[in-house]
Amino acid sequence: MKYGVFTEEHEAVRKTIRRFVETELVPHVEEWEKQGYFADWVIPRMGELGFLSLRYPEKYGGAGGDYFMGIVLAEELARCGAGGLPMAVAVQTDMATPPIMQFGTEEQIKKYLIPALKGEKVACLGITEPNAGSDVASIQTRAVRDGDHWVINGRKTFITNGVRADFITLVAKTNPDLGYNGVSLFLVDKDTPGFSVTRKLEKVGMRCSDTAELLFEDCRVPAENLLGVENRGFHQIMWELQGERLIGAAGAVAGAQYTFEKCLEYARQRTQFGKPLIRHQVIAHKLAEMATEIEAARQLVYSTARKFAAGEYPVKEISMCKLVGGQVSFRVADAALQIYGGYGYMMEYGVQRSWRDSRLNRIGGGTDEIMKEVIAKSLGL
Amino acid sequence: MNIVVCLKQTFDTEAKITLDAGGKIERKGVSLIMNPYDEFAVEEALRLKEKDGGEVTVISVGESSAQDALRQALAMGADKAILVDPGEAELDEYATATILAKAISGLEYDIILGGFRAIDDGSAQVAGRVAEILNVPVVNVVTKLEVEGGKAVATREIEGGSELVEVALPAVFTAQKGLNEPRYPSMKGIMKAKKKPMQKMTLGDLGLEGQVAAKVKALSYSLPEPRKAGKIIPGEAAEAARELAKLLREEAKVI
Ligand SMILES: Cc1cc2nc3c(=O)[nH]c(=O)nc-3n(C[C@H](O)[C@H](O)[C@H](O)COP(=O)(O)OP(=O)(O)OC[C@H]3O[C@@H](n4cnc5c(N)ncnc54)[C@H](O)[C@@H]3O)c2cc1C
Repeated sequence: MKYGVFTEEHEAVRKTIRRFVETELVPHVEEWEKQGYFADWVIPRMGELGFLSLRYPEKYGGAGGDYFMGIVLAEELARCGAGGLPMAVAVQTDMATPPIMQFGTEEQIKKYLIPALKGEKVACLGITEPNAGSDVASIQTRAVRDGDHWVINGRKTFITNGVRADFITLVAKTNPDLGYNGVSLFLVDKDTPGFSVTRKLEKVGMRCSDTAELLFEDCRVPAENLLGVENRGFHQIMWELQGERLIGAAGAVAGAQYTFEKCLEYARQRTQFGKPLIRHQVIAHKLAEMATEIEAARQLVYSTARKFAAGEYPVKEISMCKLVGGQVSFRVADAALQIYGGYGYMMEYGVQRSWRDSRLNRIGGGTDEIMKEVIAKSLGL
Repeated sequence: MNIVVCLKQTFDTEAKITLDAGGKIERKGVSLIMNPYDEFAVEEALRLKEKDGGEVTVISVGESSAQDALRQALAMGADKAILVDPGEAELDEYATATILAKAISGLEYDIILGGFRAIDDGSAQVAGRVAEILNVPVVNVVTKLEVEGGKAVATREIEGGSELVEVALPAVFTAQKGLNEPRYPSMKGIMKAKKKPMQKMTLGDLGLEGQVAAKVKALSYSLPEPRKAGKIIPGEAAEAARELAKLLREEAKVI
């Protein structure tokens, strides 16, 4: 068992996903990055192949795998050569939908979760607002009860999958006087009157993923679309963020691994001063350091994932994973770009994309600074 | 209908082949896959089963690592697997075919499928030899297969075109690229592959202990010459072209 966690089944799944990535995704990645949008067939196709429901029980159409199956998916998708696609899939599998499984009614599971696992419905998660990013409790989107409906008003921004999503797992204020005890979650269909995508945002990296700005104007959502317990939304979304950060860290580390492998290959072939770059001690040591940092981050992710899979709630370790995963991925990409020299700065080499994409890992899902806040708090500071 | 698929585990197509200190092909650290032509065979077997019902048995001669390839076939939808461990026996195509035929002779079969060749040794002999030992017809390099009422109509590749042949069952068919597009193993299939029967046999179980030995022996292996560095011809275009033509004729001897 590799790392004491991956069984033969994990490896068989890994092999299958790797093949899918190489034959069905890699040939299109350049084009999708240029277009700023990966093709709409990708998520349904992945659903059809069972990749989106690996760790869900069979009664929901899943394969009945464990948490590490999700890690295998994140790791293999990271090898498609663009961060945007794995991020979009992670939103679908590990961010917007786990709250439905955890807090949803059977009806909600049937209507939203199962189609999402099959890839028939694309999901997005709406937390961030123009005036509320790190400070989630300060969101202003408001849901007011009106008979058997909730009327929602507000704006969300930076929403991954927001352009293509069929529904949104939305965080809104249901009682502004109660601070974070007045927040609730809702499932909102894209065709609900009053809901609109106001803008597709242009980004530095993660370009093939669509990021949207959303508007809710007297958007009437049926009462049964409240997800979980009214006014418990903040706690529910903090729960969600743990899975989001852990899978984000796993994907970040796997992206770094991929960047590292490509860089090693390049450094073997590129000759300067009469010998390959890897024969220059400075470069060899740099590569050694990159490999070490990746391994250290990976081990932390795996040991934390093991706790998470066992039902623990290791907030401190997850925050550490997210912090180190994000930082290592960007450091590795930056070092790799340096090793590529001028070629690294050219668009025709993939390393520039790793560099742009990995930068997001230190911002999305909670910034480095917020991770340090959480860790500091858990240290009693 | 009972279908048997012979399959082999081979090096990954991307694997870098090296020789060990003893001059043998280094197997350590190489990732292994199901021979791609055998994958076409498995896929075809599954399609026949899905159409007409029946059972698909996959069989391999190899060490325990070959279980992975068999499990992949089970995850794709095959019903059961047989792995024959050759132990210390030296294998060539003759020996492998002898073992396979012996194991298959104990099964019920209407159709036997295999890849037309393995991507590693590329000898394209084993399936044909199995047919010979079992005394059934063989149709090679098949790109289309239709089965009905105890016979099969197969399209096979021939030089410059294709040939349509009819054959009575049971028969052996070897798969060529183009026969089909193999499916991915299903995720649920992977989770359940271990629950499907995997029979492990030794040569002793087949009554072949000490009975099979290679008739052909590999004396040595050698790797292709490393590619030489390219040559850049400097100078004016017309002059350089003349020089290039001269080198292509006299040095490279390609024109
Ligand atoms: C590509 C992309 C995709 C995204 N996808 C989604 C999505 O799908 N759904 C969603 O809801 N959100 C999404 N986000 C939003 C993301 O989670 C936020 O950008 C992030 O949480 C930071 O919020 P902010 O951008 O408002 O920055 P701010 O909160 O304004 O932070 C600005 C800076 O101040 C620092 N800072 C803030 N508070 C503190 C503090 N207390 N102490 C010290 N430093 C502090 C931050 O670390 C940061 O450096 C996405 C963002 C991007 C860029």
